[in-house]
Amino acid sequence: MTAAVWLDGVTVEARGRAILRDVSFRVEPGERVALIGPNGAGKSTLLRVIAGVLHPNAGRVELGGEPVGSMDRGTVARRLAVVPQQTALPFSMRVEEVVALGRLPHEDALRGAQPADRAAVAAAIDRVGLGGLLGRDARELSLGERQLVLLALAVAQEAPTLLLDEPTVHLDLRHQVEAMELMRDLNERDGTTLIAVLHDLALASHFFPRLLLLDHGRLVADGTPPEVLSDARIREVFGVSPELVRLAATRG
Amino acid sequence: MTSGVATAGGTGARPWLAARGRDRRFWLVLGGILVALAGAVLGVAFGSVSVPFGDTVTIVVDKLLGTHLSTADAATQAIVWDLRVPRVLLAMTVGAGLAVAGATFQGLLRNPLADPYVLGTASGAALGAAIGLLIPLHFFVFGFGLSNLLAFVGAVVSITVVYRLARVTGLAPLTGLLLTGYAVASLLAAGLTMAMYLSGAALRQIFNYLLGSFEQASWERFAGALPIVLIASIIIATRARSLNGLLLGEQAAAHLGVNVERERPLLLGLASLVTAAAVTVSGLIGFVGLVVPHIVRLLTGPNARAVIPISALWGAVLLVYADLIARVVGDIPVGVVTAIIGAPFFLILLRRARTGYEL
Repeated sequence: MTAAVWLDGVTVEARGRAILRDVSFRVEPGERVALIGPNGAGKSTLLRVIAGVLHPNAGRVELGGEPVGSMDRGTVARRLAVVPQQTALPFSMRVEEVVALGRLPHEDALRGAQPADRAAVAAAIDRVGLGGLLGRDARELSLGERQLVLLALAVAQEAPTLLLDEPTVHLDLRHQVEAMELMRDLNERDGTTLIAVLHDLALASHFFPRLLLLDHGRLVADGTPPEVLSDARIREVFGVSPELVRLAATRG
Repeated sequence: MTSGVATAGGTGARPWLAARGRDRRFWLVLGGILVALAGAVLGVAFGSVSVPFGDTVTIVVDKLLGTHLSTADAATQAIVWDLRVPRVLLAMTVGAGLAVAGATFQGLLRNPLADPYVLGTASGAALGAAIGLLIPLHFFVFGFGLSNLLAFVGAVVSITVVYRLARVTGLAPLTGLLLTGYAVASLLAAGLTMAMYLSGAALRQIFNYLLGSFEQASWERFAGALPIVLIASIIIATRARSLNGLLLGEQAAAHLGVNVERERPLLLGLASLVTAAAVTVSGLIGFVGLVVPHIVRLLTGPNARAVIPISALWGAVLLVYADLIARVVGDIPVGVVTAIIGAPFFLILLRRARTGYEL
């Protein structure tokens, strides 16, 4: 089977310092993977490499069996949706107008949005449960609501693989769990391949069957949560007592 | 593609899906065309010399259809056909161009206060054109001379400087952009003053760049500006997808399939070209690019696919009427009229930006 995402020996250097060193892994279609690791481990850089916006100094990156470096941006965007970072919108935009931006990679340059695009936007809004926010100015929403709008945008993109960078960072506990349940549902029900950078080890191990642990630019562990988050590793990589993580994990 | 979630009656049940006012866009286009036509008629009919309306009509009909209905004398015919008609057409072309350039700069810089005048792009074009006048080197390729070329260079250089500096000042984006634009425009204004000081015989011409007026309108100027404004605006309109992606920032745009590295210089270059074309034929006319796209966006939403063409239309409308006002009031420069309309508008936007605009 062709891997959804395949990295082979990826190394990224910036100003003489290695940010990623020899990272290799495969993500099969339909998998749900969390990228974890301390600050500065290279998680966000890895996402940028997968999305093809950062070209590695060495190694190969393939999306659906093709090198991402040789694809044009539109092709990448139809295979891979990245949930955007929160940003200040320059103009007043309604929630549904923001979500509709997810259709840009599918739109014809001249004709614009077609009925199929509008249907995909409607479906994404229903899927994420944004019905109550329609018509609102996206700039006036809470951070948590905006996060959901950006998630809906990525869902509307209808790419087989979804990339998320800290999707729960602005959310309170209840909304974190709801967002995680939504992501699990997108993965299990719709078959979307999911790769998420997560800070919260408890959420990651509760909701993701596979974890990739990065430390100082190296992939130091790849497996199920119990395999990856051994007591020794939590101590070594994160520098905290394993109890802190365990306690949090059992509450889910 | 997708199953018919919304197609099978769904769209009907979700009226919000029919983008912010498809109806509204239709009326804006239809209304714009009618108001522009009315403005054109008024613009040709009125002026410092009064020409009976019947004569105006017959002169225009004669020229267009090659008939000989008009009984007016040659001077009157010249006033109508060689002064007023090109003046109206030029005002429309420049208005459309400045509005498109403003909308494009706003999208690229992600800033509702960007405008060729505010950013100093227009001053850059004016300085380039003035330097072109001073250099005793005359060549023309398809009617374009050194002044046109240097106006474009001036516009591109000044927007590039503003664009790059505004991103690295460490100030809030809005403040950084406005301050950089102000500093660049001041420097360019000093350059223009210097050019005027050195100009001798060309003083009057350089002074005209500063004024912003259609006094010098002619068929030649119209023919010089129209193709550039038209073609560049059409290309910008076909890049609507890129401008829409940039609403979310350059990173997100790249993830949405926009080749930012290619689109940014292309769009900056095209908008500079339009600005330069407008400035070389009419001088510095401010705030059209600020006021028009802003109001259009309020009515249609921020989708560039609607904003660009509708802004072009209403930019044409704004300048035709502003020029009419300028002439009726007593031949004041049209730049004064747009400044009187535009500067308070700019201040209101700035005030709102402080409260409602999270940066």
